[in-house]
Amino acid sequence: MLYRTAGQFKTSYTADQALFPIRQDAYLLGIILIFAWVVFPLTASEFTFQTLLIPILIYSLAAMGLNILTGYAGQLSLGTAAFMGVGAYACYKMVTIMPWMNPVVAILLSGVFSAGVGVAFGIPSLRIKGFYLAIATLAAQFFLVWLFEKWAWLYNYNASGAIQVPNLQMFGVYIAGPQADSMVQYFVVLGIVTLLTVLCINLTRGNLGRTWKATRDMDIAAELIGINLMKSKLTAFMVSSYIVGVAGALFVFMWRGAAEPNLFDIPLSFRILFIAIIGGLGSILGNYLGAILIVGLPVVLNTLPQALGIPVSSAMVEHLNIMIIGSLIIFFLIIEPHGLARLWALIREKLIIWPFPY
Amino acid sequence: MLNDIFIAPFADMFAAPDFLMQVLWEGLVSGILYALIALGFVLIYRSSRIFNFAQGIMVVFAALTLVGLHAMGVPAWICILLTLGVMFILAVVIERVVLRPLVGQPDIILFMATIGITLFLIGLGEIIFGGENKVMITEELGIPTDSVVLEPFGGLLILEQKDITAVIVAALLVIGLLIFLNKTRMGRAIRALGDDHQAALSVGISLQTIWVLVWFIAGIIALVTGIAWGARAGVSFALEVIAYKALPVLMLGGLESITGAIIGGLMIGMLEKLFEIYWGQPLLGGNTETWFAFVLALIVLLFRPQGLFGERIIERV
Repeated sequence: MLYRTAGQFKTSYTADQALFPIRQDAYLLGIILIFAWVVFPLTASEFTFQTLLIPILIYSLAAMGLNILTGYAGQLSLGTAAFMGVGAYACYKMVTIMPWMNPVVAILLSGVFSAGVGVAFGIPSLRIKGFYLAIATLAAQFFLVWLFEKWAWLYNYNASGAIQVPNLQMFGVYIAGPQADSMVQYFVVLGIVTLLTVLCINLTRGNLGRTWKATRDMDIAAELIGINLMKSKLTAFMVSSYIVGVAGALFVFMWRGAAEPNLFDIPLSFRILFIAIIGGLGSILGNYLGAILIVGLPVVLNTLPQALGIPVSSAMVEHLNIMIIGSLIIFFLIIEPHGLARLWALIREKLIIWPFPY
Repeated sequence: MLNDIFIAPFADMFAAPDFLMQVLWEGLVSGILYALIALGFVLIYRSSRIFNFAQGIMVVFAALTLVGLHAMGVPAWICILLTLGVMFILAVVIERVVLRPLVGQPDIILFMATIGITLFLIGLGEIIFGGENKVMITEELGIPTDSVVLEPFGGLLILEQKDITAVIVAALLVIGLLIFLNKTRMGRAIRALGDDHQAALSVGISLQTIWVLVWFIAGIIALVTGIAWGARAGVSFALEVIAYKALPVLMLGGLESITGAIIGGLMIGMLEKLFEIYWGQPLLGGNTETWFAFVLALIVLLFRPQGLFGERIIERV
């Protein structure tokens, strides 16, 4: 009913290929954006900002980076967390060496470093494929985390070995560090995430995105129709690592406030891979849906026993959480292997033709 | 600098051959354990093309069950039988609940599902057995705990008897497995399924039975690994990280090859110890074992993309 397409005629190919082929999609996105930019900041509490809104956005961004590589270009990577670490450490070095630098610029630039590292670790992908490549990316994961620990220059020779986010100002407002306000941080994160999302949507719909998809679907065939595989795979590694690096910088500077090397260990990589797969590989929307599920679920599970008045120890809750998340992953994979984004696509199809079955 | 990299380590090796042998022995023992875990991976990968990430947690789970049952007062040998029973039930449940609905899905989906299993088993294990470190019931199982002292080249070489036991048991297990795979009806069925699913199905091999069987064998291997590793380092969830060590072994040896898993495991076990002792600790600040195996495997893969013993990847358009 709300999604009826009657009366929306397309008179040109451009209209048919538009970003929003149906007007209601644009309205829906508009409503979501109003919520994100106006309604949430006005109503959300400190707790909501810190446990839901900011982490969901950051995790979606990281998953989007991974999705470019795995979902669009078909190169399975298990080293996402390490590239986030590269972004975070690069950002930390930049703001400590050049304190006058605008923090948002520093965050956006830190992705450049992880893009460089990503390309270096992406070179083997020209020869190695499938699971072999996935394990090869683990080399990046373990090597980089080891490097964060052993290379004291990276954390300015701190005794603790951890990086601590300093107070950073932009236009006279604290946007990072202990004095920053959650709402300000939320707007910074939201701004960067929105910007990069628009970039990703355009990239994946354009020439480069089609090259990636051809590489993913069958790389030999792609080569035969004249696609330069090296260019296609390495740009995928580059763009993906850039986004993941920015997400890593946001992760530490806008959310955690401090980071130890083991924060970027393999569980974080898997977490982001879960988000990308449960959300749906090869979709931008899916990253958000996946992040809402994976970040939101533990919060709900933590508060549920208290709300129901069941006395459970916090350790028990944590273990139950792990179990429930594990089984939910399997459950979602069984009901919809293509992810939540596909589930939404099916619902949308049904809504368009409702009340008729077909 | 060049001296530190290219000459000094070798001079050290020759100066103290007994220490070198000690290092190699330590590497060999951990290499055997890597090889065992990799073997669990290879078996499942060959018969179902599932990249089973849960092998590491199965090791922990088997060891925990064994220790937990013994703590309840069950005699040690009955514990082993009961643990095998638990691993069998686990195999049936995994096949029934997880794998059967996911037959025919892309590899990555099945891979994710095994990570789901991993998380589930971590939570379950912590709830039932608790997260603290436990001691493996080494004596109760009749594993000797003394050590043998040899004196090659006038030096000192200490071999722990439990390590020797682990090496012997592992060797027997591998030989038994090879006989089973090559000489029995069931073993041939497993290999047939690995070669071609549909052809195997059409000659009447039951996919479900074989999958349960393969996961059960992987469970047995997990139990042996758990006992051997638990005797060295105690039983805790930290054991799970050795599963990551099995991955470069797989890359190096090839995902489909049993020989590859064994040789790869031994190579990586020894080389990473050598690198750590002679290069890592003096030059790089130590703890290089976390990544050395991966980088080594990566370099080998650049020359042989299917690993040393893997099936040649033939791509058709």
